[in-house]
Amino acid sequence: MDLFEYQARDLFEKHGVPVLAAAIATTPDEAQAAATAIGGRVVVKAQVKTGGRGKAGGVKLAENPADARACANSILGMDIKGHTVGTVMIAAAAPIEAEYYLAILLDRSNRSFLVMASVSGGMDIEEVAHTAPEKLAKIAVSAVDGISPAKAKEIVEAAKFPIDVADQVADVLLKLWDVFQSEDATLVEVNPLVKTKDGRVIALDGKITLDDNAEFRQPDHGALVDHAATNVLEAAAKEKNLNYVKLDGEVGIIGNGAGLVMSTLDVVAYAGAKYGGVRPANFLDIGGGASAQIMADGLSIILGDPDVKSVFVNVFGGITSCDAVATGIVQALELLGPKATKPIVVRLDGNNVAEGRAILAKAAHPLIESAETMDGAADRAAELAAK
Amino acid sequence: MAIFLDETSVVIVQGMTGSEGTKHTRRMLAAGTKIVGGVTPGKGGQIVEIDAHLLPVFNTVAEAMSATGANTSVVFVPPKFAKAAVIDAIDAAMPLIVVITEGIPVHDAVSFYAYSLTKGTTRIIGPNCPGLISPGKSNVGIIPADITGSGPIGLVSKSGTLTYQMMYELRDIGFSTAVGIGGDPVIGTTHIDCLRAFQDDPDTTAIVIIGEIGGDAEERAATFIAEYVTKPVVGYVAGFSAPEGKTMGHAGAIVSGSSGTAQGKKDALEAVGVKVGQTPSETAQLLRDILGR
Repeated sequence: MDLFEYQARDLFEKHGVPVLAAAIATTPDEAQAAATAIGGRVVVKAQVKTGGRGKAGGVKLAENPADARACANSILGMDIKGHTVGTVMIAAAAPIEAEYYLAILLDRSNRSFLVMASVSGGMDIEEVAHTAPEKLAKIAVSAVDGISPAKAKEIVEAAKFPIDVADQVADVLLKLWDVFQSEDATLVEVNPLVKTKDGRVIALDGKITLDDNAEFRQPDHGALVDHAATNVLEAAAKEKNLNYVKLDGEVGIIGNGAGLVMSTLDVVAYAGAKYGGVRPANFLDIGGGASAQIMADGLSIILGDPDVKSVFVNVFGGITSCDAVATGIVQALELLGPKATKPIVVRLDGNNVAEGRAILAKAAHPLIESAETMDGAADRAAELAAK
Repeated sequence: MAIFLDETSVVIVQGMTGSEGTKHTRRMLAAGTKIVGGVTPGKGGQIVEIDAHLLPVFNTVAEAMSATGANTSVVFVPPKFAKAAVIDAIDAAMPLIVVITEGIPVHDAVSFYAYSLTKGTTRIIGPNCPGLISPGKSNVGIIPADITGSGPIGLVSKSGTLTYQMMYELRDIGFSTAVGIGGDPVIGTTHIDCLRAFQDDPDTTAIVIIGEIGGDAEERAATFIAEYVTKPVVGYVAGFSAPEGKTMGHAGAIVSGSSGTAQGKKDALEAVGVKVGQTPSETAQLLRDILGR
């Protein structure tokens, strides 16, 4: 889960990373009140989970509370790369002397952790990495040893931070490591980390990604979920413990196993190319056990998607057997009754496939078509969606 | 021969007394896997009967190893306790640990992988994997044992169901070993480890590599193939239709910005001469063409 800037700021503050006074607002009135409470000049910043908001006009400097109100009025509701701004952060403005970059992240390639640091902060760091890699220091962090004060000092030296801020940056690094570890983050990024004119080092903007797998030991993280941005169908699926992602096509997909479902999406898009660009409408993995109830839950989510024109159920019976899946589909359609209106192409293979296909044949449900192969089923589902 | 797992594999099940552990111990026993006991801290001394097999339960992996001579452990422990279970097995110098558990925090995976490197005596497969099967010899994990028999194909895949699908597509030819390496961002055994082992395995004559979006494991595997692998390799990559920034089921299956895309992986594999299929069945056909069957 990616956090909003203000959520990252709050986690920084919780772990002692130096940040500026700030508050969030969802209306111009709240923005004015927040600016009054903070006092002096403030920055009004759109809260969106995408980059480039400064260029889009989503960050404005306000001289006084009335000005902050006006800034918030223009930023709230703004569209930034498809994200509608519903919240702004009002933060104290700081006179900046220098901008740096500091991040701790999961390094998938090396199966370890990595610190990236640069004294050329404030800009798009991916671009720095690309155009001037020598300006971005990358220092591996062992999962066994972590970041000790000595390691922090080594990193600060390797990144060539100026001597007058070295101790402060090392201290920030130790605190960011605390955020990274104790919050189960996979990314903790400060960009920019600034030196103010009075010599303080402050995290001015931040980005944090949290590990969803750690939810069980991070009880506070549930409150950070952005329910407003969650698709209605995705929310309904999550309530049923289904692994569902809404996409923009027309063929509803149900399958078992993440890899097979991803493959099913691709095969449908591949087959759909010859029917005018028919594409998958969703990702839905029902997992290993496909009971009638899980199948009914999955089908009802997919049939509730107005974009769906046909459905493709693609199951390889491994642990679960095809007869159980077939029974699940038939019972699911009984449960759904008249709510089920779209054609369903079913491809079963693997464990007890003959029994499974026999169950579907016997049910002779007008909406169900059986297909022999995955490629053939994808083709048929795409054809039905194109009609 | 086979890789990582064969008829000499003697297996214990960590978490055998839990419902998943019991269910899959039964299936592995039915497949002929030599299972000699289980480990559940606090339940040491119990004897569990599964289909007429009397299996002793131990408190630690070290006790289980010294009593049974086990050389392989399969982990069905819930995410919350998985790290402790894996560390216990590493401390006992268990040669092979297969971690089936899905949903382990990535900090835990990084931690136990790093710990295994400091000891240098353990190979970890997974987490979030279906395990591995050397048909006719041994089956450790949750891969269905009856899809196909032994044969000359080596298979390495991030995905469980795509492993089953590919084994099914090529069931008339058979497999030396099929390894599901897992769909998490950090895993113990990579495509490269398996490619190296298959290249060195005299009973494997052709290799199927299955990848999916996220990370750069397939790109690295491509580089390795160019350097080391002389046996024919065909590939399949899932996730062309995945939108950027969305996790597709597997915790590791996510396109971040322009990195980790299916197209990038396909291009990298094709650049080193690996034929990559558009669908699983097309991929199977590419392998048939190579083997002439």
